[in-house]
Amino acid sequence: MTLSKVKMPYLLLLPGFLFLFTFFILPIVNLAQTSTQTPIAGGDTGQYEQTLRFANYLNAFTENKEQFARSFIFALCATILALAIAYPLAYAIAFKAGRLKNFLLVLVVAPFFVSFLLRTVAWKQILGEEGFVVPGLRTLGIISESTTLTSTSFAVIMGMTYNFLPFMTLPLYASLERIDPRTMEASGDLYANGLTTFRKVTLPLSMPGVVAGTLLTFIPAAGDYVNAAILGSPNTKMIGNVIESRYFKIVDYPTAAALSFTLMAAILILVTVYIRKAGTEELV
Amino acid sequence: MADVSSATRGDLRLTRITKTYGDFTAVNDLSLTIPEGSFFALLGPSGCGKTTTLRMIAGLEEPTVGSIHLGSTDITTKRPYQRPINTVFQNYALFPHLTIFENIAFGLRRRGIKDVDADVNKVLELVELPHLAQRKPTQLSGGQQQRIALARAIVNRPALLLLDEPLGALDLKLRRQMQIELKWIQREVGLTFVHVTHDQEEAMTMADTIAVMNEGEIEQMGSPADLYDNPETAFVANFLGQSNLIKGRIEGSDGDNLVVDLFGQKIAMPKKRSHAVDNSIYAGIRPEKFRISLVGTPTRGNILTGGRIEDVSYIGVSTQYQVLMPWGQELMVFEQNDDGVAPFDKGDEVVISWEPNFTFALRGDEDAEAGTEVIPEDLDEE
Repeated sequence: MTLSKVKMPYLLLLPGFLFLFTFFILPIVNLAQTSTQTPIAGGDTGQYEQTLRFANYLNAFTENKEQFARSFIFALCATILALAIAYPLAYAIAFKAGRLKNFLLVLVVAPFFVSFLLRTVAWKQILGEEGFVVPGLRTLGIISESTTLTSTSFAVIMGMTYNFLPFMTLPLYASLERIDPRTMEASGDLYANGLTTFRKVTLPLSMPGVVAGTLLTFIPAAGDYVNAAILGSPNTKMIGNVIESRYFKIVDYPTAAALSFTLMAAILILVTVYIRKAGTEELV
Repeated sequence: MADVSSATRGDLRLTRITKTYGDFTAVNDLSLTIPEGSFFALLGPSGCGKTTTLRMIAGLEEPTVGSIHLGSTDITTKRPYQRPINTVFQNYALFPHLTIFENIAFGLRRRGIKDVDADVNKVLELVELPHLAQRKPTQLSGGQQQRIALARAIVNRPALLLLDEPLGALDLKLRRQMQIELKWIQREVGLTFVHVTHDQEEAMTMADTIAVMNEGEIEQMGSPADLYDNPETAFVANFLGQSNLIKGRIEGSDGDNLVVDLFGQKIAMPKKRSHAVDNSIYAGIRPEKFRISLVGTPTRGNILTGGRIEDVSYIGVSTQYQVLMPWGQELMVFEQNDDGVAPFDKGDEVVISWEPNFTFALRGDEDAEAGTEVIPEDLDEE
């Protein structure tokens, strides 16, 4: 093997490494440093010095327990809803769509042609008093005359479900599409009815897609603040909203940094436990 | 092993089955009885409707018209899981997320059988792979997967076992070995096997009865020897082995024989092997039934003179000759290399002779090329 062949893999890694080092590793080290700083005595707003005060973490967490809990509950609800909507959708595209397959896949990603913010604002209209949803539900008697949908937890969860749906659908589609339809036929041939075939063959074989889809939905949803900011109220604040306001409104960099790290750690632990439980390494 | 009720055992009867997809007719008015306990082959080229027929028996497709009976039970509209029929799929379709043991136990468990160990181990012994029980399908070779697919089906003791090109993905040597094993297993377990294949040699090696299919219909059905020695149509004559078909006319009869004129030369052939409807026929002779001799040497039986050797291919056990006849047709002759006689050379003037009993006659209005241009290697038919 020549020297250039030995070097080749490293050369290929170099651009990505340089990019991530500059724009990910350095900022995150910086963020870690910020998280243990304290205000300079007598200094201006936004002036901090390094004092290695790890109590910042405890304070940040205890002050925002409610928002942390809400973030994970909202993200969980949105993930479950998205899974419930995306699985039948991905299944239909993979096995029943025939020639429409590619067209439907384009439709799944079509929302990306419009900005994330615009789509979220649009939900404000849809769920607003002038939209068709609220009057419709009132006419049907499902909600009372005085009930509104905007600025509620419901609105935030719906917004997140909608915004992250493609991230759920695409991995599900990819893993369903890889299943040999003959294995499902074989299951039917071996005395399994439709439901049993789904439980024993289709679902287990699509688990890689379920795991990937739920992670791609849950992780960004837990850290999201746009949906809560646009569709929620002060009572539906998520941890992302707290971090945002600590940074840009209160200019409390250490607390914001500590919250960011706490969120990352929490997600990391949850994801590790989840992957262990789902046992993806067992799957082909 | 758990047996299905005796009511759903017995012969399989397909009655006037037609299956259409839009304008395309895959199977056309097909009737067929497969006796219990037999090894039955559906043989034909890609797109002949054999896989569609198999899928209708399995319940994976429903016939457009017609009915399917197993014994006295009408199973035409039964779902696959309601039929005492199991399939060995073309690419095995093993469950990749389950161990070999669980793959085989799948059908037993679905029928509510709790203690599956004895049955599964017994069938693993039968296919000689008990040591692989805890592996996953992807860790097995093609031949091993093939046996597991077979084990997964026969462990259920179905009334009928369907095999859809089961050896198609194996290399030639392994395929020959598995053909013999399959035949042995069929005798051992005593189940009815219905085997779909495009490989005529495979069908002839294994099956008791072969139905040759073409364009959605059965061309001819019979034992391998029947089909080979006495084909009724040009398609069967050409698809099963090779045939020389020579245009001719029936001139008269002589006892049990017909006298036939082939471009001015008279030959004899048995009446019972003629499938002609009038005087116009194709006389058929298999290439290995011909003998070649140089002009002037003694011959017996039917004789055709005026041949000249156009091409010689030496292939060890035999030599293949192309012999050009006076009427412009090239006849194919296979000579065994068992007599120590040096092969003939290109350009030799020769006489062709054969025993009259080996002659068969087809209708003169047939397409003599039918079944010859078929490329039987396409696995994903229909």
